[in-house]
Amino acid sequence: MSAVADAELEPELEAELEARFEATVRRKDRIEPRDWMPEAYRKTLVRQVAQHAHSEIIGMQPEGAWIGRAPSLRRKAILLAKVQDEAGHGLYLYSATETLGVSRQELTEMLIGGRQKYSSIFNYPTLSYADMGTIGWLVDGAAICNQVPLCRTSFGPYGRAMIRICKEESFHQRQGYELLTTMMRGTDEQRAMVQESVNRFWWPSLMMFGPPDDASTNTAQSMAWGIKTHTNDELRQRFVDMTVPQAEVLGVTLPDPELAWNEERGSYDFGQPDWDEFWRVVKGDGPCNAQRVAHRKRAWDEGAWVREAALAFASRAGSAGLEDDVSDGTEAT
Amino acid sequence: MPDVRTHEPDDHDNAYAGLLVNDVHWAFGTDFEDPLAGVDATVPDGVEPAALATYCLMLGDDALVMSQRIAEWCSNAPDLEEDIALSNIALDLLGQARLLLARAAAADGAQVPALPDGSPVPDEDRLAYFRDVAQFRNVRLAEVPNGDFAQTVTRILLFSTWRLALFEELSRSRDAVLAAVAAKGVKELTYHRDFAGRWFLTLARGTADSRRRLLAGLDELWPLWAELFETHDVERAASGAGVGVDPAGLTADVDAVLDQVLAASGVDRPDHGPLGGAHGRRGRDGHHTGALGSLLEEMQVVARAHPRGQW
Ligand SMILES: [Fe+2]
Ligand SMILES: [Fe+2]
Repeated sequence: MSAVADAELEPELEAELEARFEATVRRKDRIEPRDWMPEAYRKTLVRQVAQHAHSEIIGMQPEGAWIGRAPSLRRKAILLAKVQDEAGHGLYLYSATETLGVSRQELTEMLIGGRQKYSSIFNYPTLSYADMGTIGWLVDGAAICNQVPLCRTSFGPYGRAMIRICKEESFHQRQGYELLTTMMRGTDEQRAMVQESVNRFWWPSLMMFGPPDDASTNTAQSMAWGIKTHTNDELRQRFVDMTVPQAEVLGVTLPDPELAWNEERGSYDFGQPDWDEFWRVVKGDGPCNAQRVAHRKRAWDEGAWVREAALAFASRAGSAGLEDDVSDGTEAT
Repeated sequence: MPDVRTHEPDDHDNAYAGLLVNDVHWAFGTDFEDPLAGVDATVPDGVEPAALATYCLMLGDDALVMSQRIAEWCSNAPDLEEDIALSNIALDLLGQARLLLARAAAADGAQVPALPDGSPVPDEDRLAYFRDVAQFRNVRLAEVPNGDFAQTVTRILLFSTWRLALFEELSRSRDAVLAAVAAKGVKELTYHRDFAGRWFLTLARGTADSRRRLLAGLDELWPLWAELFETHDVERAASGAGVGVDPAGLTADVDAVLDQVLAASGVDRPDHGPLGGAHGRRGRDGHHTGALGSLLEEMQVVARAHPRGQW
């Protein structure tokens, strides 16, 4: 691992490696797992990619809770396929962190031990079937806004995972919007369900872009490293500008009295989410934080005997031939 | 999965591009609009439409109820790979159920529950969501509650070994729809049986704990096994008319496969007998365990709250 090599490097060599790293980032080329990288860059990436992976996996729960109750066979298939995709996204992203030397098991233990976070949006409950549509439209929609620029992020495995994921997220977003348009053509009760759901999810969706730029401590460094390419507020504005016309087509009202077109800026003005609520949820006091982590912990703990059995079986079968890939990246560049 | 090498990241700069248009990449909708599109749905000569419909309900309900149970694993599996695999199996069975219920409705509309005038609920959903417990025709193996992962693996092994043999024969049905559903299902069920067979072996030969759990799962489900081979009058008639399969005729083939898995795993066949029915009535007659009622209660709750709803 690069961290091990760092300590022993000559200062001139280290300066040269650092210059080469920075030049790569400036050219917008990719940093690959075997390239030298500053330790702080590696740590930031592990934190960000792990948090992203955890979000995919925890994000299975609010929608997974409605698979059993999906009101048509077609919707049941769509929802099940969507939640299954999120598990796949988690897998890609855990694989990307493994190239940085942290295993899926370690990361899962950090998640269920409360030492790593996931997107705060998943700490809100799902209360009606309309939420399946709203989550697709707004939550997957906000995720796409956040993630499209990450397709060009400086770390290769992360950027490539994002390309695959973004494609599927756009399916997710479309199925959500399509459910809502279908419900809006249905009964009065269904239309009311859609509006009520949008009312609940609008502000938490805006919070998905993170705190305002002046309160975001990590943004500047992440942008210098090419991990992030846009600020939180830029992405939030982009999301609002794209969403407002969609809401009009759908026939729902976004619950923000300050929302208005600003001719001069060519953008919508909008109100601020309740940032106190945001910080409470981030710190663990949202409506579903405890439940989400407990669910993940229960599934992980209850699966322990299965994973042990698979290892025991494989090691017996493995002693008959197959050898593990033992390359662990010890060579320093 | 999209191919990374041919993908242009700039395609996605606008998150909403294509939100309102249809394209071939739309993974979910396209072949779901009319489940029987393009297949000849005429009832073959000499076949009683009502019997054909009931026969389709039997096979459709098996898949629907089994799918509902397996989908309960979503976000609860031992690891992500198994979560994804179990969702795949549930999705395949759900697809089979949808086609079979649509076939039942097309063959005999009289079996489709009536809803208020103007209700847009399609026939296959009326059958899934607006029938009561006693109208469900599935075998009871499909409905009993989930236990641990070992019990689920065992249930999928038993179910898919039997259903695969059944579908291989059904793919030669005189009914074009059943033949097509079965031909597609054979590929799916081969994968399900393979998944379950490999896990059965792994758990049997993994740790002492996994082996103990596996044997307990097999013991629990074994009383439901014999029912799969009992011929109902409707199955006998369907088989006689060349559209369906008499399950009694599958016993030898299915036993041979199952015995192979058991032998490789060093597991003996349990020796206790089949679970009884009331007055000889079993799942195919609409006689169920208490578990089906609660399963349907959950499955049907939203649909029944909105009989005029559009989804
Ligand atoms: Fe995702
Ligand atoms: Fe998604």
